[in-house]
Amino acid sequence: MQSQHASNRIAAYSTPVILSGLLLGLVVLVALFGDKALARTAAETLVRVVLVVSLWIFVGNSGVISFGHAGYMAIGAYCSAWLTLKPQSKALFLPDLPDWLMQAQWPVFPAAIAGGVLAAFIALVSGAAILRLSGIAASIATFAFLAIVNTVYSNWEGVTGATSSVVGLPRYVDQWVALGWAVAAILAANLYANSASGLALRATREDEVAARASGIDMYRHRLLSLVISGFFTGVSGALLGHSIGVLNPDSFYLGITFISLAMLVVGGIGSLSGAVMGVLLLSLLIELLVRAEQGVAIGATHFAIPSGSQEILIGIAMILVLIVRPNGLTAGKEFKLKPQWLRQSRMYGAKSTN
Amino acid sequence: MTNFAQLFFDATSLGGLYAMAALGIALIFGVMNLVNFAHGEYIAFCVFALIVPSTDAVAVMFLGHAPALILIPVILALGGLVAVASEYAVFRHLRRADPVAMMIASFALGFVIRNALLAAYGGRPKAISLWPGLNMPVNIAGASVPLLQLIVIVTTLLVVTGLALLLKRTRIGLEMRAAAENFTMARLLGVRANRVITGAFALSGALAAAVALIMVTQTGVADVKMGGQIMLVAFIATVLGGLGSLPGAVAAGFLVGIVSVVLQAWLPLEARPFRDAFLYTLVIVCLLLRPQGLFVPASAKPRV
Repeated sequence: MQSQHASNRIAAYSTPVILSGLLLGLVVLVALFGDKALARTAAETLVRVVLVVSLWIFVGNSGVISFGHAGYMAIGAYCSAWLTLKPQSKALFLPDLPDWLMQAQWPVFPAAIAGGVLAAFIALVSGAAILRLSGIAASIATFAFLAIVNTVYSNWEGVTGATSSVVGLPRYVDQWVALGWAVAAILAANLYANSASGLALRATREDEVAARASGIDMYRHRLLSLVISGFFTGVSGALLGHSIGVLNPDSFYLGITFISLAMLVVGGIGSLSGAVMGVLLLSLLIELLVRAEQGVAIGATHFAIPSGSQEILIGIAMILVLIVRPNGLTAGKEFKLKPQWLRQSRMYGAKSTN
Repeated sequence: MTNFAQLFFDATSLGGLYAMAALGIALIFGVMNLVNFAHGEYIAFCVFALIVPSTDAVAVMFLGHAPALILIPVILALGGLVAVASEYAVFRHLRRADPVAMMIASFALGFVIRNALLAAYGGRPKAISLWPGLNMPVNIAGASVPLLQLIVIVTTLLVVTGLALLLKRTRIGLEMRAAAENFTMARLLGVRANRVITGAFALSGALAAAVALIMVTQTGVADVKMGGQIMLVAFIATVLGGLGSLPGAVAAGFLVGIVSVVLQAWLPLEARPFRDAFLYTLVIVCLLLRPQGLFVPASAKPRV
């Protein structure tokens, strides 16, 4: 029996390897055959993978929908911008920054980490309050949190540049950097989901009362997952900022909240593979629709769908998936090696040593 | 004293608006446990129904031309219609889904309606003058109060009493309350689920339309974003009042309106742009003290 347990565990750890391999394969394909525009799209998609995987760390394991993650993203993005912008441009656009922050000019990698750490800290503070609420009330409180972050960042003129954009961020995020972080996020998500805390949290997702009766402290595990999730969400915000080079509070509001939730739901909230597949599928769909909006020349005629139909069609796709497959396309299943295969190969191995 | 009267009228009229929006959300939540994120978009839809679809900056009145006696029922009916249509198109197919899936579906539906409006009307806010006469100030108790504020207060009182009568005195109201209490049991006892749910959606949509008319007259602007802001406040009011409790939603709606007017008046000038942040922080604090909300409905207790 021990060996069955062991092979199940190994099979669970094969998921991140498969997913990372998939992403690596895509990036290599793009690098070999794609043009510059396709490389940009790949980088954007991988940044979304970081975002949605970190959203999954909290939402997927706890079952509580969070509308507040765009807020953590904004916190990470602005933190990284404060640390990496040139002191001269900060003096010009963000005059109220404290002195040490004004002079700071960190390398990009520690700045991304710092963005993640700040977001994780805010997740700890906000989560300590919000997660005391029950499921749906907690979801709405996360919405209130998002509105708080948006109000503060849209009005704090001297520190965030308010609604005028912060420009001039070093654009270092290409598909390889984004791939690195995506793999890191997937690994972390898988490690957390298979840790004692992750398993306990998923038990509360399935049945709150039974889990509590088994001695699980739901609040603590939810908070822990939110902090880990907050870290990677903050990093994804930093990556997004450094891939487009411009920051605006409204780019971290309802639009990105919607699209990240849509990706998670379409792929399947229940599994990490669902999160990744949702990003890939919807990114593909968005890319196709954007091209269709620009118009496709077929023969002599020029076809184009009206602009704005991209968002509408994505919304409709999301509703259809919810109606037809309420658990998403993967329906809570992970891509992983079958435990039986592992067990058999091990048995053969055992035999051959005899 | 003048200042106080002014503050009182500002607070109650804003609170009344929030209370009506919160009622629209609480009604549907009570009947089918759906947190309807599309509610704000119903409001925006009703606002835009007043003008001719075009992406020009200047708004041309469409339904808005009609005299008030025709316009008000038409817009209310339109709001109800949109809500019922969304029930038929989306939520009817999700009856057996869990509340989280329904919530996300409503979020997606709101996103679809919002982008459809954006495509038809363009993203820029437009000036609309609907019944400009209502913004004329009237002197009451030493405060000059726009006539509209009085109308809002009176309308809210009428709507709340009307709804209370409907819920307490009519058969459909009885069925709705029964459904809110325990949906499965109500169905077993002969309550027709579809009728109750359709009724709740129609009422909720009409409430959204009323909110839309008031907002348009007050601000004189049609903006796709205007639904989102008030919807968030309405959600917070429903949670604060105790999810599923109608009197709770009304009380909490008034409370949020009053607190936000008071904050606006008393916060130091440099902190005023952050008013909403203070408001929402207060809400989270309040929820920490009473996680179930101010009024806990009997149906909120989980059964094991």
